Amino acid sequence: MKALSQKRRHPMAALALLVMALLLTGGLYAVATTTNEAKAETTTYSAQDIEEGQKLFQSNCSTCHGMKAQGTSSGPSLIGVGASSVDFQVGTGRMPMQMQGPQAQVKPKQFNEEQTDQLAAYVASLGAGPTVPDAKDVDIADGNSANGAKIFLANCAMCHNAAGQGGALTRGKYAPSLMGVSEKHIYEAMQTGPQNMPVFNDANITPDEKRDVITYLKTLDNNTTVGGFSLGSLGPVSEGLFIWTIGLVVVIGFTVWLTSRAA
Amino acid sequence: MSTSTDFEYRPTTRTGRIANYVDTRVGGSSIVKEFGRKIFPDHWTFMFGEVALYSFVILLLSGTFLALWYDPTMTSMEYKGNYVPMQGVEMSGAYASTLNISFDIRGGLFLRQLHHWSALLFAMAVAVHMLRVFFTGAFRRPRELNWVVGCVLFILAIVAGFSGYSLPDDVLSGNGLRIADAIAKSVPVVGTYISMFMFGGEFPGHAIIGRLYIVHVLIIPALILMMIVIHLFMVVVHKHTQFAGPGRTENNVVGYPVGPVYAAKAGGFFFIVFGILAAIAGSTTINAIWNYGPYDPSPVQAGSQPDWYMGFSDGGLRLMPGSWPFSWEINLFGLAIPLAILLPLIPMAGMFGAMFAWPWIERWVTRDNRVHNILDRPRNAPFRTAVGAAGVTFYAVQMIAASGDLIATHFHVAVNDVIYWLRALYFVGPILAFIIARRFCLALQRKDREIVLHGRESGRIQALPHGEFVEVHEPLDEYRRYKLVDFQDHQVQPARANAKGKITAGEKVRGRLSHLFFEDRVSPVTPAELEAAHGHHEPEPVAVGAGSHASQIEK
Amino acid sequence: MGDHRDGNPHKSGAVVTSDGAELDQFPDPGLPPHRPRMTDVDSKAAKRAEHQVVLLFLLSVIGSVIFFVAYFGIRVDGPLYDAVNTEPTAQLRLQNLLLGLGIALGMFGIGIGVVHWARTLMPDHEIVEQRHDLRPESERAEAQSILNTIYDESGVKRRPLLRNTLIGAAVLMPLPFVGLLKDLGPTDLKVLRHSMWDEGVRLVRDPSGTPIKASDVTLGSAFHVIPENLTSLGHEEGYLNEKAKSVVLLMRLDPDKVNVSEGRKDWNVDGIFAYSKVCTHVGCPIALYEQHTHHLLCPCHQSTFDLTNECEVIFGPASRPLPQLPITVDSDGYLVARSDFHEPVGPTYSQRDFAVKDMQDEAN
Repeated sequence: MKALSQKRRHPMAALALLVMALLLTGGLYAVATTTNEAKAETTTYSAQDIEEGQKLFQSNCSTCHGMKAQGTSSGPSLIGVGASSVDFQVGTGRMPMQMQGPQAQVKPKQFNEEQTDQLAAYVASLGAGPTVPDAKDVDIADGNSANGAKIFLANCAMCHNAAGQGGALTRGKYAPSLMGVSEKHIYEAMQTGPQNMPVFNDANITPDEKRDVITYLKTLDNNTTVGGFSLGSLGPVSEGLFIWTIGLVVVIGFTVWLTSRAA
Repeated sequence: MSTSTDFEYRPTTRTGRIANYVDTRVGGSSIVKEFGRKIFPDHWTFMFGEVALYSFVILLLSGTFLALWYDPTMTSMEYKGNYVPMQGVEMSGAYASTLNISFDIRGGLFLRQLHHWSALLFAMAVAVHMLRVFFTGAFRRPRELNWVVGCVLFILAIVAGFSGYSLPDDVLSGNGLRIADAIAKSVPVVGTYISMFMFGGEFPGHAIIGRLYIVHVLIIPALILMMIVIHLFMVVVHKHTQFAGPGRTENNVVGYPVGPVYAAKAGGFFFIVFGILAAIAGSTTINAIWNYGPYDPSPVQAGSQPDWYMGFSDGGLRLMPGSWPFSWEINLFGLAIPLAILLPLIPMAGMFGAMFAWPWIERWVTRDNRVHNILDRPRNAPFRTAVGAAGVTFYAVQMIAASGDLIATHFHVAVNDVIYWLRALYFVGPILAFIIARRFCLALQRKDREIVLHGRESGRIQALPHGEFVEVHEPLDEYRRYKLVDFQDHQVQPARANAKGKITAGEKVRGRLSHLFFEDRVSPVTPAELEAAHGHHEPEPVAVGAGSHASQIEK
Repeated sequence: MGDHRDGNPHKSGAVVTSDGAELDQFPDPGLPPHRPRMTDVDSKAAKRAEHQVVLLFLLSVIGSVIFFVAYFGIRVDGPLYDAVNTEPTAQLRLQNLLLGLGIALGMFGIGIGVVHWARTLMPDHEIVEQRHDLRPESERAEAQSILNTIYDESGVKRRPLLRNTLIGAAVLMPLPFVGLLKDLGPTDLKVLRHSMWDEGVRLVRDPSGTPIKASDVTLGSAFHVIPENLTSLGHEEGYLNEKAKSVVLLMRLDPDKVNVSEGRKDWNVDGIFAYSKVCTHVGCPIALYEQHTHHLLCPCHQSTFDLTNECEVIFGPASRPLPQLPITVDSDGYLVARSDFHEPVGPTYSQRDFAVKDMQDEAN
């Protein structure tokens, strides 16, 4: 400890402290932003599913959406939103919402796959709506990533960023990152337009095109970034920040060494 | 020339023979005589100009390689290269060749990243070097003109960067050009024509990439090179500045000779800068243009920003409210004037103007027209440091505003709130920075005084016989002490009447500025004060300064 | 050039230095004594430093070798960024990394080695060099007299006509070169007015070019739209120029929630609205549509437009609402334009208000 307290006056002490602080915040940030994945299989629903779903719904969702999913002042009607919407909202942990806010956040799932299916079955029974896509719809082996890139850049990149990293919307809302999101959930999001996202129905982006978009996103997701560290794929801001922090510190380190007297 | 009649020089060594051969044909002895043992002072803050110079050299090298494969054409073609998500897509030759450099030329990706990272480092090094020169007062007589050359270089660096950033013809840089087009069009009357001339007609046209290319690879580099030559020539003429210290006076330079020490260090540093950039370029992605796609006026991406050196202009545009409290588009004699674009440009232009003129502004306020070869420590010129801090803050607020949307997503706040706060900071920030920086400097100066008067804290606690504990202070040796006391402080220069006995309006302004800058100041310790401090155990507070609020130095 | 640092009693007089500084200055103690380095006194340390430098130079050689190993040794076999086969992308990344690290090591070896050499083995005695006056006064006077002689001998002073005609000619001479720049671009601003939208032009999806039925546009959806006649335009015929003016965003809103002004009652189809995607601020595409708040947001400068109020600006730097494209349905049920925009799209230019007036006259 004594040695340490003596060295605190060393000219490099501030620098060392800064580097340590940067590493610490970077590390914490990396830990804090690890995403969790969710996956579920689609099935057809039995009457029992619907019944179970209704029970789950009434005990977990009715506070906001009403006993018959007719909607209240604090939550929209779910009649006609379809199984796809439920599978997305509940399957990604967005619903049930923790609290009212600008938009529902992704968080650990509250229900397992079976319960999610039951909820979806119940809501689907209330009115016709988009169904959960089956595995064939989202099989990237059949997709065309070049076409997907075109559609993604024209329809999605303005909110979700060209590399699918997400971006800001008005007044605290945001478009989330698409990295690490399952194929099915991407498909469902396009189909149902969760939160403030516009709906991209099959007339706008056909099912084949949706699969192409997913293929492109999975291409970005599966492949490493060729250039090295991606810096979050956020573009010039993170690059500028990099050169002004790490770049500058390294350069200063060398200049200090270079101009100091050898012992 | 060495071949004089009355003295025959006979080289005795091999080096001597080579030198003689060269000198008798092209001359050169005088250059060696002038530079061979020229003295350069050593301080880590003096190295940023070199960083800038070296990154420029690396830019020239990597840029030459890129030019071998880059094709500055906007003619459309179908991409057939190695990058799957763009295969079959219609794109300009410029974009296709940039993809080829990245994915089909071996090592091309490295060269592209090296070039772009060097550009960021170049602009940063220029900026940091300028800040160093500003905060240490190195721009003062006789170096005012070199400061101006440096300012021109900073602007050239920005233009070089922007023109290069646009060359890949991707969506991100295309939207940048679209903004440049709109800014050109916002200029009253002639702006529309300027835009039409720039783009060869309507935006985006087929001309702009070729034109930017010639600007980027010929005109701007040539200008930069010319300015660098002038800049370095003046450095040689003026000799380098140095910090105050024992043995260092206004009339000498203390340091290491060019040959061998300085040449070795500076030469080695080139390789080090290259090494740093190569390591970054190999390991860290920059400008992944394949993500953005070929330029098309329809798409855009979240987080559309320019490179950092253009950030301040983008941020200025973001901060200006366009329709609050009323529409900022006015009609003057039938001409539409978009004030929402023009107004934020005016303070920016003002800041750059003040930057160019600062040596003369400072001279006017301080009435100090002497030659200065000794640098100020920033704390010893509180007024200048405070002005610089205000300027940096003004710049930084706008630069931060350019990343408002990313701040919003990463810190989970509303982008609108970020903008509201930054709008307030745009006005308040520089004032706060001025006050805080000045107080900081004055406090540090007082700390220096205290160290000179009472020595350094040793960290050793001693118990006195009567039970009191005191920390032992070690007195400074004379060299360290001289470092802390060898500076000049400026006093308020009140407005004075001119020869006709009148105080002009300009003089009044000067007097007021002088007051603002120098009313609080801390003088260097004098031997008498040191004597007094040693004489008494507990010296009385000493009043210093002649200003209205002479600062109190307290034990 | 008097200055107190020289110990010269004459002061420049430009500034009053601190109170009585003259009497009360610490004397300059001169350069501190030279402190020898380890390598100066210990020949072993010097030898060690020499070895370190040699080692660093050898590291540089290794760096160059790494470069060539990476350049020739790593194969990128296959297309990059394939959805399934991710191996080539990883190979390219590795190659890029090793190329960079190889060169970096090569550079660092030389750079750090040379600097280490300079720091430890070259003399580190500080040397004092005197500055001299930039230009002695005698030289300045001499130069001035030379200039005067040149001036006199040239006759510029005595023959003013000669001088003035030369000035006149020299001022005019560069103008042809300025004039040559005239054809950098056309000067007819009319091109900025019209887009390819016209009566009966179908709205088609960007980029696929398929037409859109009114029934396709369900509540909450957003279509990125271009005019159908644009799709047949080649790149060389100004495809991007026309696209830059004609991109449109198509959305369906609940008609009850929208305020429509008197003149625009028939510009929408049952709550399907079409607005120019080009921001009125500096021209970025406004493509961020929030289906519940009905806000359109520009990702470049965060201008926010309220769809329910004919795209009036509610936040950000834009000053004008987005131009609306009047639309209707044709006999096949496809959405078509009723006319072109009634004003030039995109950012303001000085002559814009004249264009607006003409275009509105045309439309009515």
